[in-house]
Amino acid sequence: MTRIEHMRRGALASVPMIVGGIPFGLLFGSLASSNGLSPWFAIAMSAIVFAGSAQFVALGLIALHAPIWVIVSTTFIVNLRHLLYAADMVKFVKHLPMPVRLIMGFGLVDETYAALRPMYGTGAVNDKTGHQVYFGSFLAFYVMWNVTTVLGVLSGELIPGMSEWGLEFAMVATFIGIITPYLKSKPFWLCMISAGVSSLVLVDLPNNLGLLASAVVGVLVGFLADQGKDASGGVA
Amino acid sequence: MSVSESIFIIIGMFIVTFGVRFVLFARAHKVVMPPFIEKALKFVPVAVLTAIITPMIFLQDQALYLSLFNPWLLGALASFLVGIWRQQQLLTILVGVVVFFIAKFFFSA
Repeated sequence: MTRIEHMRRGALASVPMIVGGIPFGLLFGSLASSNGLSPWFAIAMSAIVFAGSAQFVALGLIALHAPIWVIVSTTFIVNLRHLLYAADMVKFVKHLPMPVRLIMGFGLVDETYAALRPMYGTGAVNDKTGHQVYFGSFLAFYVMWNVTTVLGVLSGELIPGMSEWGLEFAMVATFIGIITPYLKSKPFWLCMISAGVSSLVLVDLPNNLGLLASAVVGVLVGFLADQGKDASGGVA
Repeated sequence: MSVSESIFIIIGMFIVTFGVRFVLFARAHKVVMPPFIEKALKFVPVAVLTAIITPMIFLQDQALYLSLFNPWLLGALASFLVGIWRQQQLLTILVGVVVFFIAKFFFSA
């Protein structure tokens, strides 16, 4: 397969999440302009920062006239979960040249990690093809995010009520499609259940901290269950 | 908001966002993950993705919405069952999305 074909695989694997992301991009653009921010500010943020949930949080903080250091440190906290993704991906990028890693780092969003990580796990991509498939997913997502931001800025609300349609459900269904193949042993079930319950209990924590804490709980529970399994001689 | 403030906000947000994503990649050839970390990291996809979607599925207006009239719950349940049963990603997504939109069409006035 050629590089373009590998990139197309990555883009195709991301299609449901791209559809799910469209309302968020439109909403971001239209919120920015209804908050009286310059169109260029919203467009530059999507192009340069490229971080969905952190961008929404930033809009809220700007509306509250929060100081810049608060906006920046909150962004840091909202994006901390990406450190977990990066730690998990280190083994797949360490042989790649630095410019390639640079772009992969810039594009390490929830959706691209979600699309690519299982492909590495199942052998659908390898050391030679993984980054090309990754680029396809990243580029498709990047283009969608920036185009929808511009459309949202220009139109206020392009199609009235679009945010009520529930297109975001496509992302939920995709994530479920990614999670279920992992559920072949007890530690993964316990990981999922504990992360899910924690995320509901901690939902009121600000700045995605509930999400981060729930992810850590899920990882720890899975890990400990795994250790317990090994200790008891591999039963269960 | 002045132009310089706008620029500082975007540069600051870029630095922390890109920094978090890239710092480990930058050292990837030198980073040696201890085996127990690697064992823990294999739970990252399930843990993070579950933590992202669970509130979307179960909450409406910040309150638990455990009802068979909740399209998010019905769609997610359908996806989950198909996913466990068949492990075909496309089928899992399709069934969930179809159930979600049918439920939404019938249950939301």
